[in-house]
Amino acid sequence: MLAMIRWVLWRELTVAMRTKSEVLTTLFFFVIVITLFPLGVGPETETLELIGPGILWVAALLASMLSLTRMFSEDYQDGTLEQMLVASQPLVIIVASKIFAHWMVSGLPLVIISPLLSLQLGLDMESTLILMLTLLIGTPILSLIGAVGAGLTLGVRGGGVLLSLLVLPLYIPVLIFGAGAVEAVRAGLEVEAHLSLLGAFLVLAMVLAPWGTAASLRISLD
Amino acid sequence: MLETARLQCIRGDRVLFSDVSFTLKENELMYLKGINGSGKTSLLRMLCGLVSPAEGEISWCGENVRKLKEEYFRELLYIGHLPGIKAELTPIENLRISCAMSGSLITEDQAWNALDKIGLRGREDLPSKVLSQGQKRRVALARILLTDAKLWILDEPFTALDVDAVAMLQAVLAEHVQRGGMVLLTTHQEFEVATGITHTLVLGKAGGQAC
Repeated sequence: MLAMIRWVLWRELTVAMRTKSEVLTTLFFFVIVITLFPLGVGPETETLELIGPGILWVAALLASMLSLTRMFSEDYQDGTLEQMLVASQPLVIIVASKIFAHWMVSGLPLVIISPLLSLQLGLDMESTLILMLTLLIGTPILSLIGAVGAGLTLGVRGGGVLLSLLVLPLYIPVLIFGAGAVEAVRAGLEVEAHLSLLGAFLVLAMVLAPWGTAASLRISLD
Repeated sequence: MLETARLQCIRGDRVLFSDVSFTLKENELMYLKGINGSGKTSLLRMLCGLVSPAEGEISWCGENVRKLKEEYFRELLYIGHLPGIKAELTPIENLRISCAMSGSLITEDQAWNALDKIGLRGREDLPSKVLSQGQKRRVALARILLTDAKLWILDEPFTALDVDAVAMLQAVLAEHVQRGGMVLLTTHQEFEVATGITHTLVLGKAGGQAC
């Protein structure tokens, strides 16, 4: 089973490294959306500081949305998905490894680049750290929830739009507590509650989403 | 032993086939025939557990495959229409990962040998996207040289292959059947297997007819 997980991770990461487009599109989208805001609302530090956490989180949400459609569609087209469904290990394990690889390719780069963008919006050091932490806990939740939606909309024409309609509402709690934690730290309040709730979401999603995704993939290929 | 009882497949609101029952034992090869759109691929996908039958049951050694799941998949090798290889990876990498997926971990040397045998010498290190249709097909088929699965389900295995490759594949099939394996395949091409075609199943308007 460990060998299987290693192979799945290796394949996802190697393919991502060789094509590069998946990592770069998500990352550039994130950077550009955030860069547009100072140009749109004006460069006043106070305004930017106020809306900064929200902007960063919404941009992260949209960037991770962008990469979701590609999560299973290529596997579906080249037949590797079929082979995953008849693999010798439970589909849940394969799906969980795939989601983890997806997060490393599309979520982790956002976490890494976020301090830079956070400074660009004029947030202080403490807020930046908390922001990074919330993104670190939050982006895996986005990949997990998104995987269920990506599985369900697989092979549907215009699936991309449907996927956003399906998944974005489910992202709302993550957005509220993610951006909320940064707001709280700026207001000088405790952030523990926000982080605990995010952590709870993550655990819940980690337990449920792989099962849901596996089931939705089986339905989509039926 | 693979057994099916009164299988029915419905696509949309059209019944593709119904009442398909057969038994496939060791040392047997079943040739699935039928016109385009008669449901051959659907039946094969059904036997792999990818499509659920509208009615009927599929059992492996007396137990329903829906219950067996991975236990059944370990005994199964399925090569469908789509080659199931990643365009960005080399044939060696593709072969090693698809073997790992079906439960047999192979070394790089084994992969080199298998690709050599299937006629891809000198192409092992290229990204699969530069390979021709037939070469991609060969990469997918190289798995059958390394697998220890008992039941092979092959959907049009001869498509896009040249004469030599077809001959080699037929020899491999015969060897597998001789060693106590089971093969179920569909093709529109003429083919000949040394051990003979033990069953022919014709899918048509009147459902399936095994003989």
